Amino acid sequence: MLPAATDYYRLLPEILAAVFGTIVMLLEPFLRREHKAALSWLGMLGAAAALGAAVLVRSDAGPAFFHLIQADPFTFFLRLLIYATALLVMLAARAYLDRENLPHGEFYALVLLGSVGMGVMAAAAELVTVFIGLEISSLSTYILASYRREALRANESALKYFLLGSFATAFFLFGVALVYGATGTARLEQVAEGVASVLLLKLGLALVFIGLAFKVASAPFHVWTPDVYEGAPAPVTALLSTAPKAAAFAVLLRIAGTVLPATLLWFWVLWGSAALTMFVGNLAALVQSNVKRMLAYSSIAHAGYILVALAAGTEAAYAAALYYLAAYALMKLGAFTLVAHLAGRGERRLTLEDYAGLARREPVVAATLSLYLLSLLGLPLTAGFLGKFYVFVAGLRAELLGLVVLAAVNTLLGAYYYLRVILYMYFREPDPTYEHAAREPVPAGTGLVLAATAAGTLLLGIFPGHLMRIAELAAASFR
Amino acid sequence: MVEQFTFYFFAALAVISAVLVVTVRNAVYSAVFLITTLLATAGIFLQLRAEFLFVVQIILYVGGIMVLFVFVVMLVDLDVALRQVQFNRQKWVALLVVLAVAGQLVFALALGSEALGLPAAAPESLEPNTESVGLRLFESYMLPFEIASILLLVAMIGAVLLGKRQKPPRSEA
Repeated sequence: MLPAATDYYRLLPEILAAVFGTIVMLLEPFLRREHKAALSWLGMLGAAAALGAAVLVRSDAGPAFFHLIQADPFTFFLRLLIYATALLVMLAARAYLDRENLPHGEFYALVLLGSVGMGVMAAAAELVTVFIGLEISSLSTYILASYRREALRANESALKYFLLGSFATAFFLFGVALVYGATGTARLEQVAEGVASVLLLKLGLALVFIGLAFKVASAPFHVWTPDVYEGAPAPVTALLSTAPKAAAFAVLLRIAGTVLPATLLWFWVLWGSAALTMFVGNLAALVQSNVKRMLAYSSIAHAGYILVALAAGTEAAYAAALYYLAAYALMKLGAFTLVAHLAGRGERRLTLEDYAGLARREPVVAATLSLYLLSLLGLPLTAGFLGKFYVFVAGLRAELLGLVVLAAVNTLLGAYYYLRVILYMYFREPDPTYEHAAREPVPAGTGLVLAATAAGTLLLGIFPGHLMRIAELAAASFR
Repeated sequence: MVEQFTFYFFAALAVISAVLVVTVRNAVYSAVFLITTLLATAGIFLQLRAEFLFVVQIILYVGGIMVLFVFVVMLVDLDVALRQVQFNRQKWVALLVVLAVAGQLVFALALGSEALGLPAAAPESLEPNTESVGLRLFESYMLPFEIASILLLVAMIGAVLLGKRQKPPRSEA
């Protein structure tokens, strides 16, 4: 019994990304130092090829590799999200790597190979396959987080990330082993059937949840997030807060959608975790004076809103969660890319004081950042608003009034710290003794990313229909 | 009878040496006791007729990983490590967690295996499991087996990237 051509075809996006990642590494030693930046084109070509393949494969939905992989509309949605994120991160990273004098080739290769892992996670319909994908994605992100080797902060945060992340993976693996022990299978469709020991299954699913909750940075497993997001190079933070999180949410969604015992068992866990995550993220963000750290806490809070949709557990709620993931990825990518640009050499300018009076110095940049922040806050006409709207409506339909009220309260809490940054940019003059950075023009790649994410944030906020239809189709794959 | 004796022998060996791993101050002794723990666990695997796990445990853990461990321990300056103050400020929290877990274990043992709803013990002789593991790995589980190579590639890139000597700073040109 060997895999047929269709099996490989349904995994084409991941295969292409892996091939391009390997080619980047193969070419790297043969290029002269000043030409290495050109590898970014190859890296982006790889991500674009994976995107194209994802669209191509869309028409031929079905299982592959003996039901270990499901190339369904759900996988399609996540693949679009993951490879588009990888593409944008590589586009924005080139100028950053030049500025910080960091190696180019490895960065693009790791982003591509990491997204292979995430793609496998999104597509996997079996827990061992999920685990391998999770490990590939985590390992690449550990290395990317420690990319600025000479910076002490970065080293500390990378080590923390590595230790806690491995710990979380161990939880996940132990959970998978117990689920297998309880049911005799690791295939999600079959897990719900022949259960030999209900207690063992519950235990296993609880451990699986803990492992994934670490990866999506939901409370009480979020403690690593602020340090790691602050210490990692800003383009890596942009990646960390979007694609791996989306992939881990994809696994959570797929398990919650296919394994009925998990849906029932996880309900209160999701409820509690959602409420706690939103409050922890938003309350801690209130007191931050470092913008990068504040955005880290804000991404914890956003994981909470997505968990609200998971707790609701209806098909519409899953669609809302997917929409939210896409909208959130756009604004976070934009915001962190902009922070990377404004931070200047060595990422020194990160505090609120550095943003004072930005609107007068660089009006376009300030306006773009304001757009992301307003979208994160959830103002109408932005993607963030509709994301929250869909999640809240789905929550209310599922009769989760309490949780939705908590989420609404949290949105108000969030307003304070998002608006504070805007206030600093527009109405606060910098201290007269403050030494301004020399004005740097926005590099072309960064500019393109900013334009794309800003346009996306607005487009999704005004015309959500198309993406929402794809998300609805994706959520229907679990039926 | 013999069955029980061997089980308790290996189990006691594993537990005692595991305790010694964390209590002994000298890192080399710790590593040696860890080897004993792993060997004793391998013995239990063999008793459970999981001969594949038994072999893998010895080849991979005792043979591969522990050798690496001992190498690293030898390379690190042990005298300095011995004189360093260990910081375990969360002693009481840890004690509490350990007691809670121990209590749960005792409770579960008191209830017996029926209360856990565990499936019945394996029959006297299992099918040769090295063969079935191999068949699974190269048939239905081919995909995870294959993409593990990407995992190794990523790990290798990372090791070289983080471990290689820093290049002299580039001149600003």
